[in-house]
Amino acid sequence: MLIAVFLPLIFACLIPFLSKWKQKVHTGWFVLPIPFSIFLFLILKVGKQFSPISQSYNWIPSLDINFDLYLDGLGLLFGLLISGIGTLVVLYSIYYLHKTEQLGHFYVYLLMFMAAMLGVVFSDNVYALYSFWELTSFSSFLLIGYWNHRSGSRYGALKSMLITVFGGLSLLAGLILLTIVTDTTSIQSMIDQKDTIMNSPYFGWILGFVFLGAFTKSAQFPFHIWLPDAMEAPTPVSAYLHSATMVKAGIFLVARFLPILSLSEWFFVVVSGIGIITLCWGSFMAVRQTDLKGILAFSTISQLGMIMSMLGFGTDAAIFAAVFHILNHATFKGSLFMVAGIVDHETGTRDIRKLGGLMTFMPITATLALFGTFSMAGVPLPFLNGFYSKEMFFKYSLELGEYSGIAQGLATAIPFLAVLGSIFTFVYSMYLVFGTFRGEYKKEELPQKPHEAPIGMLISPIILVIGIIVIGLFPHLVNGSFLAHAAEAISGHESHKHISFWHGFVTPLFMSLAVVGLGTLLVLTRKRWNSIYNVIPGKLSFNRVYDWLVDRTERFSSKITKTYMTGSLKLYVQLILIAIIFGTISMIVITNGINLDATDLAKIRLPELLVVGMMVLASIATIFTNNRIAAILILGVVGYGLSILFVLYRAPDLALTQLIIETVTVALFLLVFMHLPKLEKRNESKGSIFMNAAISISFGGMMTLVGISSYTSKWFDPISDYFLETSKSLGGGSNVVNVILVDMRGLDTLFEIAVLGIAALGIYGMIKLRRKKEAK
Amino acid sequence: METLEMTQALLEIVTEICIVGVSISLFILLYRAIKGPTNPDRAVALDTIGINLMGLAGLIAIYLVTTKLNDIILLIGILLFIGTVAIAKFLEKGVIIERDMD
Repeated sequence: MLIAVFLPLIFACLIPFLSKWKQKVHTGWFVLPIPFSIFLFLILKVGKQFSPISQSYNWIPSLDINFDLYLDGLGLLFGLLISGIGTLVVLYSIYYLHKTEQLGHFYVYLLMFMAAMLGVVFSDNVYALYSFWELTSFSSFLLIGYWNHRSGSRYGALKSMLITVFGGLSLLAGLILLTIVTDTTSIQSMIDQKDTIMNSPYFGWILGFVFLGAFTKSAQFPFHIWLPDAMEAPTPVSAYLHSATMVKAGIFLVARFLPILSLSEWFFVVVSGIGIITLCWGSFMAVRQTDLKGILAFSTISQLGMIMSMLGFGTDAAIFAAVFHILNHATFKGSLFMVAGIVDHETGTRDIRKLGGLMTFMPITATLALFGTFSMAGVPLPFLNGFYSKEMFFKYSLELGEYSGIAQGLATAIPFLAVLGSIFTFVYSMYLVFGTFRGEYKKEELPQKPHEAPIGMLISPIILVIGIIVIGLFPHLVNGSFLAHAAEAISGHESHKHISFWHGFVTPLFMSLAVVGLGTLLVLTRKRWNSIYNVIPGKLSFNRVYDWLVDRTERFSSKITKTYMTGSLKLYVQLILIAIIFGTISMIVITNGINLDATDLAKIRLPELLVVGMMVLASIATIFTNNRIAAILILGVVGYGLSILFVLYRAPDLALTQLIIETVTVALFLLVFMHLPKLEKRNESKGSIFMNAAISISFGGMMTLVGISSYTSKWFDPISDYFLETSKSLGGGSNVVNVILVDMRGLDTLFEIAVLGIAALGIYGMIKLRRKKEAK
Repeated sequence: METLEMTQALLEIVTEICIVGVSISLFILLYRAIKGPTNPDRAVALDTIGINLMGLAGLIAIYLVTTKLNDIILLIGILLFIGTVAIAKFLEKGVIIERDMD
């Protein structure tokens, strides 16, 4: 199984080496066996006596992160969909994409996606699941932006990336919480511990995060907006990712975690509510689209909403119906996307307003489209699989249990909303097929003269349509051996349903008939009520919200950055100082750290007082002088005063150094003086001056306070006595300061020498480099 | 013994008086350095401040009864000279180190 997951990835690495044969053989032929062999491997597991297979491979065992693979009915269903439709899509893409395209890129991305998707459905370890989950988002991003020279592709890719990664990250949060609560990383053991999860205080958060992850990935309302924009991808990608596989990852997630999620009484309201809203909104919006793939995108959204709401019903029968519809949707939607691709390929446009009357030109394609759309619409014909699952949807929407409050209201509304959504589904399905293939043939508007597609392109949709019909005619072929296992894997109960075309005259049948009747009426009168789209949604669209959010975030953050990143060093220093002042003062207040005690102070002597008085006067004078030389000279006074203070405190070495440094500094100032602008009185506002004064005074005050406090609070004896005692005996010198500098802590001295050396080199370099530049 | 004590007390008192005197001189020089209408005034004031500091250092050495500060007194003298020459050269020519005219 590990090989099955990683085979596409390994092969993706080999694709670049195939470029030698690029001109002769289409790369797709080399790719084709990969999904097909996985499909064969998986199909051999199908049977009545299926039991889950579990395998484990070490990855990071110390963190309990491993490649735990778990193949149960649900995983098998998805695995078959991924590899089966993957095979068909690769076959289709061989004829769809021309050899002049960058095929290597395309198949690398596609295989990457395939491996990621297989990883998602087979993973039992939540972290492995999340890794593959993000890899699907990432490879989908690459595939949507495949024609990266188009701005639409880049926009769509970015949008889907932002939305799905947002959901992915929230999923990660949910999974981490689950791990914390259950102390395991295996999904199956989490499900075993569902009581612990339910009683944990994080339960609500877990629900929210996991739902957010699932709803963004599966394009549920209101996160559906990325899917229509993802239609900029090549059609095989749309058929594969955005109808059959990736968008079902969210459904898979809800299904996988259903035993945990459905513990909440909100499960029904959230999942079914969102699902049914998505169903209605998606199908309503699909009617408005003029692009074939746009219609299919919104149709996908609405079908996903339908599956989601069936999962939300939570009854075993409804779960079975959801699983059934997952399979059905993959067959008819995949074929419809391929049909749309063929129409695009052979006529040069996907705009339904320009298309029409293609039936005589493309009879096979038209037939395929007819089956696909009728199955999607749920037309009651015994050879269409879409009808069965829709009928089940109606049936179970009527059989919801007793709820209270909002849930009861929702349970009452769901059957009506389901019919409403289905009516619009019927409308756009009919519009799609008859708008494209019937009506008048608009010769002038088509860029190319239409003709039937090559047989290779038709194989994949033909196989899918055969799938529709076979499932439609013999639903029990997939029922007991296959779907029942998947439904059992979700709910944990065995639920073997009898799928039959004829139930007798019961309510679901009347609902279906009502859909067909009202739908036909709406299709025929479409021109009359089309203007409703100017009212609903009118200008209300989540795309606008998204654009507004992205735009606002950018503008808002740039505004925030501009408020403080002004380039003014003065402001930065102000901010730094204010931060230090606030941090220190608040820390002092919180820890009650002020410690003022006058018992340990030395006596103040007259010379000290005089020298300090002189220094204070000189420093104040420095601030107020307008003459730069005067400022330097007066600052020199402060420096000399400091050296006298060192003298007073018996630190001759410090005094010596201080004197030399002071003189050198004054001389250096004089050296660079020529190049400095004149110090002038700047016209600053009163507020700014006041601000500066306040900051400097409070900073000085704070440092004084800290100094006094730290002097007063002595935690232990200083180690200076040790130096005084051992300076002669260990260091061999009576100058204790120098012994410390070169003997006891010589390492510091070494690096201070290094600092001086670097500074000297730096100055030399700067001056030299500037000279050279001037010379040029 | 009494004489010695008295001498020491006298030395201390005299030193303190001298320190106060030098300090007053320093303050007046500081006034010149701050106020000084021209920069040469300030330069001269700084120079004289330095000489007063030499005196102050010497007085402190007596006050603290130590010979370790004599280096400092000498150093102040040298540095002050160098500093004053540098300032004077700057005020006169605008540069301190002249570039070779080759």
